[in-house]
Amino acid sequence: MSQADLTMEAHPSGLTTGMPPFSVPAKKMAIWLFIIADAATFAACLVAYGFLRNGSPNWPRPFHSITNVSLMTFILLTSSLTMLLGVRAAKAGDKSGAFRWTMITAGGGILFALLHIREWMALIGEGMTMFHNPWGPPLFGASFFSITGLHLLHVTGGVIALVVVGLRYLRGRYNADDLEVTVLYWHFLDLVWLFGVPFVYLLNLAQ
Amino acid sequence: MVDAPDVHRHEPSARYTDPITRYLIIYFCILVLAELQFVIAFSHVDNESKFERMLLIAIAEAGLALLFFMHLWAEKRGFLFFVVVFTGFVLVAMQYGWTDSYRMELGAPYTQPKVGVVPQ
Repeated sequence: MSQADLTMEAHPSGLTTGMPPFSVPAKKMAIWLFIIADAATFAACLVAYGFLRNGSPNWPRPFHSITNVSLMTFILLTSSLTMLLGVRAAKAGDKSGAFRWTMITAGGGILFALLHIREWMALIGEGMTMFHNPWGPPLFGASFFSITGLHLLHVTGGVIALVVVGLRYLRGRYNADDLEVTVLYWHFLDLVWLFGVPFVYLLNLAQ
Repeated sequence: MVDAPDVHRHEPSARYTDPITRYLIIYFCILVLAELQFVIAFSHVDNESKFERMLLIAIAEAGLALLFFMHLWAEKRGFLFFVVVFTGFVLVAMQYGWTDSYRMELGAPYTQPKVGVVPQ
């Protein structure tokens, strides 16, 4: 059954038109609603983190270097750009170009995840766990791993989605609009990271 | 069947036909703003000022990403307002508990009183 079969016909009165709200297609609207809900989830995590940090006078400042986190930021931002080029190619009908850019983006996501895990391993090596750290309030570990872990989980899901949608797009099962929906999610991950870096990393640099 | 006057056949608003230079400019703007956050992190100002500046920059970055990378600017204005107002309301409403975090400074689970602060 095609999408046209599912939509209602326009009525001369204009009361029942079957038009999607704001003329945004259903899939795109769904991902936007998901993004809004997910933004609230991440915001709640960051607010809770800020609440704990504000209430703890001896909050740890364990980060000595910004090399890893700046590299991660650069990779994620660049992957947003490559994904834009992918959708642009898809909209122009360049299937192989769109697939190539999508896979480059997924590669960026994998690199980001690996750097993220390296960051985690370094902290774990220094004795930090979910409920213990050598520097102060144990909730630092819980909040740090929760926020960055949630983001890492989203990135991992995003990489899987990019690969799956990219392959299906190449085989003709999905179209450029489907790729665009996935891209919106990928940009959202970038957006969340831009808030996470200053609050979780940069405000906790060792003085 | 004739369409009502205010009904138009759906056309995707975000066509992704912007020139690549526009994407590159936005990309570099966000990159520079992100770099600015790193510079602020090493500046000799108090943490509160750092937080305010970083938050403002993060909002600017998010605005650029939303409008141009996610093409919200190319969508209908009603949709743009729906996303911004609805999300903004949720995020602002979430801030109601901050005053309570200041109460925690004077003694609450997992915290130690600040040196020099006299508990009430």
